[in-house]
Amino acid sequence: MGSHSHSDRRRFLTRGGALVSFVMGAVRSVRGQTPAPEGIAKDNLAYGQPSKFDNTIRRTLGQATAISDTALTTPLQDLDGIITPSGLHFLMDHVKGVPDIDPKQHRLLIHGMVDHPLVYTMDEIKRLPSMSRIYFLECNANNRPIRGPNGESVQNVHGRMSTSEWTGVLLSVLLNECGVQKEASWIVAEGSDANKYTMSIPMAKAMDDILVAYAQNGEPVRPQQGYPLRLVVPGWEAIRSVKWLSRIKVVDQPYMAWHESGNNADTIPNGKGLWYRFEVGPNSVITRPSGGQRLAGRGFYEITGLAWTGAGAVTKVEVSVDGGRSYKPAELQQPVHRFAHVRFRFPWTWNGEEVVLQSRCTDERGEVQPTVAEAAKNLGVSPDYFYQADHFNGVQPWKVNRDGSISNALFL
Amino acid sequence: MRFSFSLFAVVITLAICVPGRAQGRTYRLGSTPSEEEIKARDIAISPDGKELPPGSGTAKEGATIFAQKCAACHGPNGNGGGLTRGIVPLGNAKPVKIGFSLVPYATTVWDFISRAMPQSKPGSLTVNEVYAATAYVLYRNDIIKETDVLDAKTLPQVRMPNRDNFLPAEPGWKPGQKRPFGYYP
Repeated sequence: MGSHSHSDRRRFLTRGGALVSFVMGAVRSVRGQTPAPEGIAKDNLAYGQPSKFDNTIRRTLGQATAISDTALTTPLQDLDGIITPSGLHFLMDHVKGVPDIDPKQHRLLIHGMVDHPLVYTMDEIKRLPSMSRIYFLECNANNRPIRGPNGESVQNVHGRMSTSEWTGVLLSVLLNECGVQKEASWIVAEGSDANKYTMSIPMAKAMDDILVAYAQNGEPVRPQQGYPLRLVVPGWEAIRSVKWLSRIKVVDQPYMAWHESGNNADTIPNGKGLWYRFEVGPNSVITRPSGGQRLAGRGFYEITGLAWTGAGAVTKVEVSVDGGRSYKPAELQQPVHRFAHVRFRFPWTWNGEEVVLQSRCTDERGEVQPTVAEAAKNLGVSPDYFYQADHFNGVQPWKVNRDGSISNALFL
Repeated sequence: MRFSFSLFAVVITLAICVPGRAQGRTYRLGSTPSEEEIKARDIAISPDGKELPPGSGTAKEGATIFAQKCAACHGPNGNGGGLTRGIVPLGNAKPVKIGFSLVPYATTVWDFISRAMPQSKPGSLTVNEVYAATAYVLYRNDIIKETDVLDAKTLPQVRMPNRDNFLPAEPGWKPGQKRPFGYYP
């Protein structure tokens, strides 16, 4: 957190000044008070749409001509930079349908092992000191290897991740307002969807950098992403970033909710279940050229992709154009944001021969992304294990064939 | 870092404008919920079951409720159908990668049936119906007997077959620590 603390302190001092004026009685309506305009439809003029020649869209795995409202992948191969447009953010819902929430009726209740339980309206939350951060969210089932034609696209294999600029209030601010009691060690966060989706999070993370976000890429969080309020848990598997957040209970143990116990455990050969893994491992993938694409012919191409890690900052991405025999450092797009996707670029000239392209991420802790063989060896499993396991961060090789077509070379 | 900074913020702010106030309430926004409001919304059940409400049910009673309110999705025998997962794989003695086969605590089953079932009208079951439906699911998985009575006392004592079969990915690892190379998951 060190790199942010100075600016935060300055920021607080500014806010502190504002606070004094509130307390002195010079209270003005500042945010969340603008009435909604009546009579203007949200059409292509009121809210712009992409060109009709552009077909950058989300997809549902295994559906060639239709998409589902509960599983949508981000078209990574068609995107540039690091920000995912909000309408292209991935969606993997464990709930039945996206709730239709009127923010005027929405309340956030914080209770449990606190000195003062509090309930907040959206207007009240927006009056609190805000913070914007660029963070990735990644489904824990992302980059699970896929057999057959569905494995031939980075959107299918890696598209359950996106990066947004999130704005909201630090969860620690809200918890401090309530006065967390000494014995408390976890929080239980709950959404207001039909299933009241629930996740347990350790207090140390809750007090560190979790955002209670109401804005995504500058506008209100999209309904599919949790409108009007969601948790954003930086660097951790996105299953903990509870959408439609309406309740936080401060407790002294993990509550073993349905979606965090059995549903998100993997088993290993000795019959044991692996669970409560939080941080995403160091990871990267080449998004162009990638599976399913075809090179027009020999000559110059820029290799580009994304790297990310739950440890914080990506410090190095290396690209191999010989199937991993040798690696060279790629250029990282600056600034590198902690817990955000990092765009990397690597100049390359294709000589028309068969080659395998892949990338490897190193993070600020010095953790290195393994190949599938290395990951399998460390777990004591055969590489095939990863076909049925979540939480995979192996190197993704793409094979460029002589005709320019590109295929997934993970299990050659 | 964040925590110490927050304390700093609290201290400074208290010094400026909230003399004599106890810890918290720096911004004085939000309102105090009533006991009733908290009680109505506090549906999460911990593994020790301390929030379980009074009530009870048996698998025998649960079979009737299952037929009326659950079988439409889960199938007449609980074998599932279509996109809806069945209840039978729950708590298999031998862990396999089947969704929901690894539930470690019976309270987890009660909690999820209570908050999310039936899918057509989540949260509509009475407390006794939730106890009974939970008992039926556990009975069908050979975890309890058909006549066992589940209530706030007995439910947390039900021992799920996989209770001790869970490991953190790297034993001893805590969030924030460096992991051995490739040890992810």
